[in-house]
Amino acid sequence: MAQSLDRLRESPSQTAGPYVHIGLTPNFGGIGGVYASDLGATMVNDKTKGERIGLKIRVLDGTGTPLKDALIEIWQADADGLYNSPAEMRGAADPNFFGWGRCPTDMETGLCTFETIKPGRVPFRDGRLMAPHITLWIVARGINLGLHTRLYFSDEEKANAQDPILARIEHRVRVPTLIAERQGDTYIFDVHLQGEKETVFFDS
Amino acid sequence: MQAESGSNRVPETGAFFQRDRTWHPPALTPNYKTSVLRSPQKAPLAFDNTLSEISGPVFGHAMLGELDADLIHNFARPGESAIGERIIVYGRVLDERGVGVPGALLEFWQANAGGRYRHKKDGYLAPLDPNFGGCGRTISGADGGYAFRTVKPGPYPWPNGPNDWRPSHIHFSIFGHGFAQRLITQMYFEGDPLIWRCPIARGIPDKAAIETLIAALDMQATIPFDARAYKFDIVLRGRRSSLFENRLEGN
Repeated sequence: MAQSLDRLRESPSQTAGPYVHIGLTPNFGGIGGVYASDLGATMVNDKTKGERIGLKIRVLDGTGTPLKDALIEIWQADADGLYNSPAEMRGAADPNFFGWGRCPTDMETGLCTFETIKPGRVPFRDGRLMAPHITLWIVARGINLGLHTRLYFSDEEKANAQDPILARIEHRVRVPTLIAERQGDTYIFDVHLQGEKETVFFDS
Repeated sequence: MQAESGSNRVPETGAFFQRDRTWHPPALTPNYKTSVLRSPQKAPLAFDNTLSEISGPVFGHAMLGELDADLIHNFARPGESAIGERIIVYGRVLDERGVGVPGALLEFWQANAGGRYRHKKDGYLAPLDPNFGGCGRTISGADGGYAFRTVKPGPYPWPNGPNDWRPSHIHFSIFGHGFAQRLITQMYFEGDPLIWRCPIARGIPDKAAIETLIAALDMQATIPFDARAYKFDIVLRGRRSSLFENRLEGN
């Protein structure tokens, strides 16, 4: 017998279930008066630096039906590519941009809308710049472990072509599943949980 | 870079330990029927964390309201309180290295003592409690410790099988220091026979893993003539030391 490494095991995940709104967006779910506002509902203010953009995101199941009980969180760098996080060692991020947002899918349409800014580029582990992207984390009834993926931007073709994460996708036909389509100032992004257009999810 | 006020800890910037996906429930657990059409079928793309996964937001204690960690009172009319078995849930947020995780945001939600959620989609015939909302939150202290007060949620039937009942449980959402640590799970109660009949709990393949989600009754932490206590520790992904790695900013 060798020495014990004395490591613990991560707590196993369980689904967020159908009533995730009660815990994470109670005001949206109809429980008013406990919290002043839902966390992550507003991402930008008048002083936030950067290009204002909207995101319209849906999550579709294996039949193509939009989920109406999912919840999406996003995490992104500021306009200069800096994260508002203690792990950011390259400099101070925009104090007017927290970088994190949370949105439940609309109970009628399944649409999730974020008002944010377009992030700057963040370095990969070896220092090369990754293309601008937003990290997504998706939970819902029927999803046993929160799904991690990224949203890239259709008008960043050159940067996307050099992105080290996109480059790792073996089946090139799947790359477009991570690229949101620009329409005016809004990016449209459908997350497919299954099927031919299944989104590339991450194990990272 | 920002730090909690008063903190002089050096921020950690290492990548997180690889997630052991065999320890978690797989995406497809057919006995939990909703997973059938919502489970990805293709292999996920594996890569070592970049700064986008290593970093994460910091939620300061200033955001918390006075009653956020008291579900017995945070929705109740003045002078009233929620009905049910009064309990305290406490424990620590740790990472896989066994180190306490300070500053973790914990959010919880649950059914009332009768097993009914305050949600327009819950039509179970058990009544709503006018003094119970069902949500709470707190931020872990310097050693990763946390506590909140609530009533024990009731079990309830749900439309999966013809006669499936959820064991009493409290949903937990936990934010550690990096976005890659993000986790949602459920806490069960020691001794509940419904745990081992539950298609959601049993979606976790290893019995030992399910047992880590069962809170222990702790009579030493009770408040006599007031509330019993359950201990529930939560473990988030551990972080590698970055001592011998290229610094992210060093290129």
